[in-house]
Amino acid sequence: MTLQTILPLSAEALKSLSQQKNEPAWLAESRLNALELASRLELPKPEKTKIDKWNLSDYGTYQQATSVASLQELPEAVRALVKEEEATNLLVQKDSGAVYSTLSDELKAQGVIFTDLETAAREHSDLVQAHLSSVVKNDENQLTALSAALWTGGAFLYVPKNVEVSVPLQAVFLTENADATFAPRVLVVADVNSSVTYVDNYISTGDAARLHNGIVEVIAKPGAKVRFATVHQLGLNTTDMSYRRAVTENDASIEWIIGEMNDGNTVTDTSTVLKGNGSTSDAKVIAVGSGSQRLNYTTRAIHFGKDSTSQMTTRAVMREEANAIINGITKIEHGATRSNGEQAEKVLMLSPKARGDANPILLIDEDDVMAGHAASVGQVNPEQVHYLMSRGISRAQAERLIIYGFLAPVVSDIPLEQLQTRLQELVERKVGQ
Amino acid sequence: MATNFVIEGLKATIDNKEILKGVNLSMKGGEIHAIMGPNGTGKSTLASALMGHPKYEVTEGAVTLDGEDVLEMEVDERARAGLFLAMQYPSEISGVTNSDFLRSAINARREEGQEISLIKFIRQMEGSMKELDMNPEFAHRYLNEGFSGGEKKRNEILQMLMLDPKIVILDEIDSGLDIDALKIVAAGVNKMRSEDRGFLIITHYQRLLNYITPDYVHVMMQGRIVKSGGPELAARLEAEGYDWVKEELGITDETVGQEQEA
Ligand SMILES: Nc1ncnc2c1ncn2[C@@H]1O[C@H](COP(=O)(O)OP(=O)(O)OP(=O)(O)O)[C@@H](O)[C@H]1O
Ligand SMILES: [Mg+2]
Repeated sequence: MTLQTILPLSAEALKSLSQQKNEPAWLAESRLNALELASRLELPKPEKTKIDKWNLSDYGTYQQATSVASLQELPEAVRALVKEEEATNLLVQKDSGAVYSTLSDELKAQGVIFTDLETAAREHSDLVQAHLSSVVKNDENQLTALSAALWTGGAFLYVPKNVEVSVPLQAVFLTENADATFAPRVLVVADVNSSVTYVDNYISTGDAARLHNGIVEVIAKPGAKVRFATVHQLGLNTTDMSYRRAVTENDASIEWIIGEMNDGNTVTDTSTVLKGNGSTSDAKVIAVGSGSQRLNYTTRAIHFGKDSTSQMTTRAVMREEANAIINGITKIEHGATRSNGEQAEKVLMLSPKARGDANPILLIDEDDVMAGHAASVGQVNPEQVHYLMSRGISRAQAERLIIYGFLAPVVSDIPLEQLQTRLQELVERKVGQ
Repeated sequence: MATNFVIEGLKATIDNKEILKGVNLSMKGGEIHAIMGPNGTGKSTLASALMGHPKYEVTEGAVTLDGEDVLEMEVDERARAGLFLAMQYPSEISGVTNSDFLRSAINARREEGQEISLIKFIRQMEGSMKELDMNPEFAHRYLNEGFSGGEKKRNEILQMLMLDPKIVILDEIDSGLDIDALKIVAAGVNKMRSEDRGFLIITHYQRLLNYITPDYVHVMMQGRIVKSGGPELAARLEAEGYDWVKEELGITDETVGQEQEA
């Protein structure tokens, strides 16, 4: 017999929260079912990382957010991230709920929806109901069930058929109060032949222990193009458990751009289910670990569609005593003929106590495919450091150049200049001694 | 004050194996010295030890540049003090563009806040690349990555031109260069000749010295300079090889560091 999980809140409390927020009946019910599931399900078992001793119960309690009317009233941590001129298509969540949300009239007129998920569930109930939990199922494990039961705030993005959104839509998720639940959920639905770029940031203030349990679901309908960029920079004592998953239908594409810049323990799983024929997925991950962080990053591509292609690249720099497990999983199902899956994971270790473990896995159930992988784990090459120093460059600067050089092939491929710069700054902050 | 570079009784080991067995050499600004010698006699080791490569341990001797103790300095300090080594096998560094690298190297010589402006840097780099007949795209290529042997050598000379060193050590800069490139590189060196700059050119062949006339030629064997002379010495070595030197000095095995392994 398995032990019943001690739940972060009771069914009654969850029910009354739903009522208080005026949630549609289907959602209230789904939350209760998920809570019940959570009591029976076990934690996930990320490859080669033991999480059973991690702080995974610190959900805090729901605390109602107070909206602000203008950018100036947003917390400093958010203002530092957001440029005035991009603030027209912006969603900000602080702790348990949205505090700021804007969308340009032009996009509204085209039928684009970009708002927090709670509001969306009320105002676009059918649309949300049809897609929420359709990609990451509630019953996968205890965390997915708890996310389904407890999520608050979050983001919902819908792009109607044939609409091409040319400006990036941005969200910021901030945890300030460690006692408040921080479990946003992101749902992106890109309808037939639409295209959109979404960028979000996860930030925290303060050092108190807390948990982020977050789920991202992306549905790219036939011919849709979604670019999903996310940067996590949560603090030292914030444990980050994030599932991100996209489904691509015929000829749809997803591009993941991911910056794993947390200071605390992290498990992330970024997957694409290439359901449709001719669909494509490209995942670029850059990560920097420091201190005594325990990190587990998985990228995954599951091919069902014929002629589907996937590309996954992870570059991770580990310093001090950071320890990273990096899994790349390419799965090609029977029938996914002429599919092509490529992956490469590289780890650069900056200190003798840093660890990196790259595990490329190819699971192929179809003959007529192409697949490849490359993985490497290494230290900074002392010959290279010497060469740079022999030109007058200090050791610290030489190492910095080598680190940036290591990340450069991924960073320079990032199509959004601003995001590139931002990631560079974050890398600088995390590797700077 | 004119540049003055002095090596006295330099001994160095690698993996506890003594490779340099007491090298003496004195150079002044304006002079060009050539070092020749058969394979495996310690020429590159001398160059590496002078630059401070961590694999080589200096066990005895002194090296000074304008009176300053070079051996006390870190590698980057040696470079900023004016030492430059064009390496026999330059490293490849992925992800770091040639221009980012060179700009960092130039800025390392400047005070904070006094960094070279991007425009000025680009102008300088483009100018120097043109002199060396290098395709401008090399500015944006990753440092030495995928460069051909000759391209790497040319890139070493580019760095020399831009970093304005006092003592230039060229380790087999001529190997891998085609005839035209050899002329271009030699022209680069000749242009850099000045009263306050000294050159130490390690080479196997007279042909480089046809373009760059040395003031002194030294022969290295068994981890020492065993013979010195003027340009005519290089010409004789080219014509006759090393046997006569060995005979004259009673040397049978000119290499160094092999005895323990034999
Ligand atoms: N890193 C090293 N590890 C082991 N042995 C070394 C190392 N560097 C030099 N040696 C040895 O020291 C000796 C001198 O080598 P060095 O490279 O200085 O010769 P060289 O005169 O430059 O030869 P060449 O003309 O072939 O370039 C050789 O026997 C070489 O094998
Ligand atoms: Mg040599």
